[in-house]
Amino acid sequence: MSQSTIFLVINSTIKFKAVSSMTKTKRLLTLFLRFLAIGATIAAVIVMVTSHDSSEVFNLTFTAKYSNQQAFKYFVIAEAIACAYSLILLFTSPQNSLWRLVMILDVVIAMLLSSSVSAALAIAHVGKKGNTHAGWLPICGQVPKFCDHVTGALIAGFAAAIIYFLLIFSSLYSAQSSLFPLN
Amino acid sequence: MASEDGEKVEHGLNEVPEKKPKKKDWVLLSLRVIAFLATASATIVMALNKQTKSFVVATVGSTPITATLAAKFNQTPAFVFFVIANGNASLHNLVMITMDVFGSQYDYKGLRLALIAILDMMAMALASAGDGAAAFMSELGKNGNSHARWDKICDKFETYCNRSGAALIASFVGFILLLIISVMSIIKLLKPNRINHNASP
Repeated sequence: MSQSTIFLVINSTIKFKAVSSMTKTKRLLTLFLRFLAIGATIAAVIVMVTSHDSSEVFNLTFTAKYSNQQAFKYFVIAEAIACAYSLILLFTSPQNSLWRLVMILDVVIAMLLSSSVSAALAIAHVGKKGNTHAGWLPICGQVPKFCDHVTGALIAGFAAAIIYFLLIFSSLYSAQSSLFPLN
Repeated sequence: MASEDGEKVEHGLNEVPEKKPKKKDWVLLSLRVIAFLATASATIVMALNKQTKSFVVATVGSTPITATLAAKFNQTPAFVFFVIANGNASLHNLVMITMDVFGSQYDYKGLRLALIAILDMMAMALASAGDGAAAFMSELGKNGNSHARWDKICDKFETYCNRSGAALIASFVGFILLLIISVMSIIKLLKPNRINHNASP
């Protein structure tokens, strides 16, 4: 009976040592993904904010800025919130007792990002193709630089949303395997 | 029963298998039912959203020429995506409810809770995207955009706008409930005393 308990204790300590280096790799992966997310959100914010173009049509100046559309403003605000959240997490790196709160906030921010990208994509689609039923003409023909900028910002925002989802999965995976080290 | 014994033998720690009676989680089940009702009603209200109206376009002499315009949900890609996303969310909730009520003993290699959490998050991601797109598209229809020379359409098609607003509200309620459900599923997945084992590292 004592032999089996000694065997079990040794077995569990060996596996624990092996797993603690594995959890370090997983934690590094999560940190790396967070860094990537910061980069993607900053890129999206900057590209969207610097998008403006103007053209002259029949002696009327037609300026297009990102702040003319509500959806683009929402996009910038959501990406900025996600960027600030990631920066705060990266620099404070909270204790292990708060990891559940961090995971819940990760899910909320990922949903915010996905909804903002989708909203901006919907409005940009109307801008590019128009909507004949509502009588809305496409504007991309007059302000092509604005359209290109918005496309770039949308791609960066989409990448940020994907990275956030990968982050959720990776932190789920690392949290689960650290809870069951004998798995 | 067999999978539970297999799990314990695999971990090799238990001498006496403690079998706790599986309690049904009524809170989660009732939240799922309400979320299913909310998303299903949003899908149905938006899918049946249609309004036809005839306008007097011009007057030739004394006879007015009328043109009938119809506003349907499938004219806007954002609303189509909204219907698809909410339909997917309600289907997902229905499947989860039936699995909870009728199949609570199936556990696919211990991955049941993980699968539920991941599927919940995928349905929630789609629902959030659909909500965001439809919300801003209907805001554009309500207020128009003077900079892009886009006229608002809600003053002409009031019933259409009201119905899509109601569908949006129901969808937001469903999305918030889906968020709470997903958080609860993740917490259930990561509970440390999920498997009975005596020795802790």
